[in-house]
Amino acid sequence: MAPDAVLETKGLTMRFGGLTAVKNFSAAIPRGSIVGLIGPNGAGKTTCFNMITGFYKPSEGQVLFNGADITGTPPHRVCRSGIARTFQNIRLFGNETVLENVMIGCHLRQKTGWWQAVLCLPSNRREERAIAERSRELLKVVGLQELAGEQANSLPYGAQRRLEIARALATRPAFLLLDEPAAGMNPNETQELMGFIREIRRSFDLTVLLIEHDMKVVMGICEHIWVLDYGEMIAAGPPEAIQSDPKVIKAYLGEEALTHA
Amino acid sequence: MGAKTNAVLNILAAAVLGLFLWWAEGHLDGYMIQILNLIAVNIILALSLNLIYGFTGLFSLGQAGFMAIGAYVCSILILAPEQKEMLFILEPAYDWVQTAQAPFFVAVMAGGLIAALFGVLVGIPLLRLGDDYLGMATLGFAEIVRVLAINLPRVTNGALGFKGIPDHANLWWNFGWCLLTLFVVIRLIRSNSGNVFKAIRDDETAAKAMGIDVFRHKLLSFAIGAFFAGVGGALLGSLVATIDPKMFTFVLTFNVLMIVVTGGLGSITGSVLAGIAITVLLEWLRFVENPVYFGDWELPGIPGMRMVVFSLALICIILFRREGFMGKREFSWGWAAGRFFKKADRHGT
Repeated sequence: MAPDAVLETKGLTMRFGGLTAVKNFSAAIPRGSIVGLIGPNGAGKTTCFNMITGFYKPSEGQVLFNGADITGTPPHRVCRSGIARTFQNIRLFGNETVLENVMIGCHLRQKTGWWQAVLCLPSNRREERAIAERSRELLKVVGLQELAGEQANSLPYGAQRRLEIARALATRPAFLLLDEPAAGMNPNETQELMGFIREIRRSFDLTVLLIEHDMKVVMGICEHIWVLDYGEMIAAGPPEAIQSDPKVIKAYLGEEALTHA
Repeated sequence: MGAKTNAVLNILAAAVLGLFLWWAEGHLDGYMIQILNLIAVNIILALSLNLIYGFTGLFSLGQAGFMAIGAYVCSILILAPEQKEMLFILEPAYDWVQTAQAPFFVAVMAGGLIAALFGVLVGIPLLRLGDDYLGMATLGFAEIVRVLAINLPRVTNGALGFKGIPDHANLWWNFGWCLLTLFVVIRLIRSNSGNVFKAIRDDETAAKAMGIDVFRHKLLSFAIGAFFAGVGGALLGSLVATIDPKMFTFVLTFNVLMIVVTGGLGSITGSVLAGIAITVLLEWLRFVENPVYFGDWELPGIPGMRMVVFSLALICIILFRREGFMGKREFSWGWAAGRFFKKADRHGT
């Protein structure tokens, strides 16, 4: 195992029938880093996310989180162990308020349950008040404190993305996976997002893995990058190396781009 | 509006209801009182289904099955041993059925708890199914309960059922249980566990990613819903004094479903209002089943006509107001005060 890797994958392979979506994906993610997973559409990036977070059970290979094998653990236990994620196509609890969305994220660390709530026990009242308080603070971090009472569905796109991150932070993760956080953002918002990701890494003591198509974001904040193409890892390294890697350029732009370069 | 003010207003509302019941008991005839009783029972049943279907998003059609379990358990516990000896003419009852006795409150509680136990037992395999499949499977469960009731004559007295069940379920018991159900469901839905139920309804995948044990919470909601369905069934049994397997067909589930959908899936207020409105309408609409006279010419009454009218009404509601009367909105004192003062303001200026 690499020195102080928070997450390590060993030979992860995912087959759907005859199709191999991801083949032999091995990576070690250093603690406290911001790293990226890139590749053309359909390269298997989200499949990797789904294998790490327990939504898919890998056909082969292992996922180690803090040295413990979490391969094939159901998603809610993966989250409990400290891995949180967002989704490529935003998945909020649309009928609930912004505040409730974050409170739901807090639920897995909650000690008092439903029957304490029914019996109106003070322990429950105190805890739920603390959760609401903490959720408001998280909303402040993502700049949505003014919208706490709004229905999540009614938020503009960018705010929904930020709410999804706040909700993920509510689960107290050590490792955060962001699936295309900059999708649909304008250059200004993208710039802000980069600062924001660095900021939450520092204040929440996180390791961040992100899938992103916006190369400005990837090259701007990632310290290490893995590149997938047709399910196979074709390159890995720091941004500068990736940028000039002929295999990556070929995968993204095709053969001609290389010969003309 | 502070929590204290709300609590005071809630207690006041309960007191007003108490006063009304006290007045009703002395001044209304038996028929009207029966309708009031049915309102209370229907609200309990609607809240139970709303918790399962409206708040947790589990399309369950097993309501009649849980009601049957509650009704039979409660009836066995409150029927006197001599009555049971008279009733079981097909085959003698088992000893434990013959001797089981409990006060009314305990009997209703037991009916609810055993229904909840069955909820857990059938929920463990069934709740892994999604949407429509869950509806089919729970419908099947309700039918199994009914067929078992026919074919276990030493427990249920078979197709004959029970007659002369002591009518303990008066206005006070029914509305007491109704308020208790209301209280429990409101506390539950307002807590963070309630948020989790709604999260599962909105997006199961995202709920899993947030660390929520989706299956466990579905089972919890299903069991609590089954408990109150059992309670409702137990009260209904004592209220109508006669139960038999024919009573617990799909029509019973359909009635409850109609109340919940009309009131609004995911609205407690909606279930209460629709519970009142539909119970009253179901009685009032009996006139469409009576013969109608146009001068000398008589249009004969058609039995079951009111269900036709009701089904048409349900179709219209689903076509024109899919979210029901209340949608997901709820009544609150703050909202009521806002309305009241706004009106007062307008009158003032």
